[in-house]
Amino acid sequence: MIDEQVLDGLHPMDKLLRADRIPHIWCPGCGIGTVVYSFLSALIKSGLDLDKVAVVSGIGCTGRAAGYINLDSFHTTHGRALPFATGLKLGNPELKVVVFSGDGDLISIGGNHFIHAARRNMDIAVICVNNFTYGMTGGQLGPTTPIRAKTTTSPYGNTEHPFNLPYLAAASGAVYVARWTSLDARRTERAIGEALAKKGFSFVEVIAPCPTLYGNMNKMKTGLDQMRFYEENSVIRHGAEPKDVDITLNGQIIVGKFVDIEKPTYLDLRDNIGSIV
Amino acid sequence: MSEKSPLSGVFFMTGDTACAEGAISAGCRFFAGYPITPATEIAERMAERMPQISGTYVQMEDEIASMNAVLGASWAGVKAMTATSGPGFSLMMENLGLGIMTETPCVLVNVQRGGPSTGLPTLVAQADMMQARWGSHGAYEIIALSPNSPQELFFLTIRAFNLSEKYRTPVLIMTDEVVGHMTERVVIPPHKNIARYARRKPQVPPGEFLPYKGSDDLVPPMANAGDGYRIHMTGLTHDERGYPDTTAEAQGRLIRRLIDKIQTNKDDIIEVEEDQLDDADVAICSYGISARVALLPIEQARQEGIKVGLLRLITVWPFPEEHVRRVAKNVKAIVVPELNNGQIALEVERCVAGAARVIPVPHMGGDIHQPQDILDAIHRGAK
Ligand SMILES: Cc1ncc(C[n+]2csc(CCOP(=O)(O)OP(=O)(O)O)c2C)c(N)n1
Ligand code: SF4
Ligand SMILES: [Mg+2]
Repeated sequence: MIDEQVLDGLHPMDKLLRADRIPHIWCPGCGIGTVVYSFLSALIKSGLDLDKVAVVSGIGCTGRAAGYINLDSFHTTHGRALPFATGLKLGNPELKVVVFSGDGDLISIGGNHFIHAARRNMDIAVICVNNFTYGMTGGQLGPTTPIRAKTTTSPYGNTEHPFNLPYLAAASGAVYVARWTSLDARRTERAIGEALAKKGFSFVEVIAPCPTLYGNMNKMKTGLDQMRFYEENSVIRHGAEPKDVDITLNGQIIVGKFVDIEKPTYLDLRDNIGSIV
Repeated sequence: MSEKSPLSGVFFMTGDTACAEGAISAGCRFFAGYPITPATEIAERMAERMPQISGTYVQMEDEIASMNAVLGASWAGVKAMTATSGPGFSLMMENLGLGIMTETPCVLVNVQRGGPSTGLPTLVAQADMMQARWGSHGAYEIIALSPNSPQELFFLTIRAFNLSEKYRTPVLIMTDEVVGHMTERVVIPPHKNIARYARRKPQVPPGEFLPYKGSDDLVPPMANAGDGYRIHMTGLTHDERGYPDTTAEAQGRLIRRLIDKIQTNKDDIIEVEEDQLDDADVAICSYGISARVALLPIEQARQEGIKVGLLRLITVWPFPEEHVRRVAKNVKAIVVPELNNGQIALEVERCVAGAARVIPVPHMGGDIHQPQDILDAIHRGAK
């Protein structure tokens, strides 16, 4: 079957991309674009009314995603995508609000907002591209950088313990937690689809290459090297205990769906008090 | 409170409560905040009232989050406010800038207390006036209003919402602990008599809409999230489409417009009270609670035969330059009492440019001025 869009010369995602903003800023081999693709594919399949979907990003290479996606899209300040998204969702509960941002943005400077949005079970789907570094500012140490990994601010190797993001999300109250690598574009798409369908705070971590900086400094100079590493080292373990899915510099990357539970959302609980006001 | 809708009638209430009720009368239906003395009562009142009128009160994890939640709610199409004091005001500065850059209507109340740092949590100051003007990084204009009573705080909160929608910008209410905690008569007019500025929506279909192209008054209409316009908002310097454009030209165009939309509409934005200035040899120029304290020394000086008048700045930013210059032409001295080491006094000096003597009456806060200190300054000015 011939795809009409191919005949049109359109990319299948053209409707959901701001084509007038292409070329994008991402480096060759960067994993962020793949995650955007998985996200947009999941959106198309979700059946959501796309005029009622809003994407909120913070600042970073990943944070630029909001600017390329042809939906209501908000590029906020560093770390603040989640509280902005909280206001957006509470201001208009009809909206499906998705936060798409990086590890540094969501977990370092925005870490407090992350745990509190999860605690409230705010109805937001969070997609976190974890490239183990601050890409935008030139490859510094971040909150997920594995021990011993080199960055521009850990030139002798990182000596700080990193966060295990699924564990943090689950402990903070997320009702859906999954991790995939950008190599697994289809599974990533499926996980994002599930996160979009979930009521409450859902979290998908996507491990993605930053060949220019993190890869380059850690013996994986191309995106392909990093993809090969994912292929050889990622292990699918659905239902794994989040506390057991730490990531080390050269060790296994445990991927899969770790949490999928039901819990009243912030709005469920709030709307319950209606009768006593 | 059993009232389920915006109040009207005559009440005896604190400034903080009047502020919350002013917001409700203005159509505010979203409040995000974090407790801090002496602004907490605004949050408490909103926590009680918002659910009664199908609004949202959300207590965020800090003031950074509060400010961002307010911006998010505004983009969802809801009139939104937060209230804080010194330490929280400092935390809000970065995202106040996001609100200015992205032209997001909202209201931020600072019930000022003594600083720096934790300072005087329960006691008055007016020492954040320059922070209000310049606290976020970058070049910009800001609107800030300063009330001298709970009644005026009520009305200025409505005005703040209307200005924020009209000019698509965050508006600051720079009140203080004394006004916030003072209990006085507050008259709330019938709800239908209160003018509420409705957000200007795009008049063209999606695809033709340029979300950052100013209209004749330099203010762009605003599409909310969910309206089908698929807008993009960014804190980066952007073009008329809202897309990042980080060039000197784009910066020049955007920042110029953001400044000009306030500057060219100053006559509409600026409000002052002028009293007994016609024959005055000495003028008091002040704002908020300090302008109210000055009423007694003005009366005392008049009884002594010294001709003193008052220029009360209700709008503090943009600064009422023309009013100050006009007064300076006719008086020997301008006395500026304020609860800081002299902030607005510097602005007065800049505008007066030597045309009259400027006599600051600094007081570091903790309490209000002794009227005698202002009277002494009037005596010096009258010499
Ligand atoms: C308040 C503030 N501090 C610092 C910065 C500089 N900054 C921009 S992006 C960034 C890190 C982004 O890292 P991450 O979220 O992991 O995104 P990535 O670029 O890796 O996709 C930093 C520190 C900023 N913009 N704002
Ligand atoms: S610096 Fe790294 S994260 Fe940023 S675009 Fe390049 S490869 Fe991607
Ligand atoms: Mg990163």
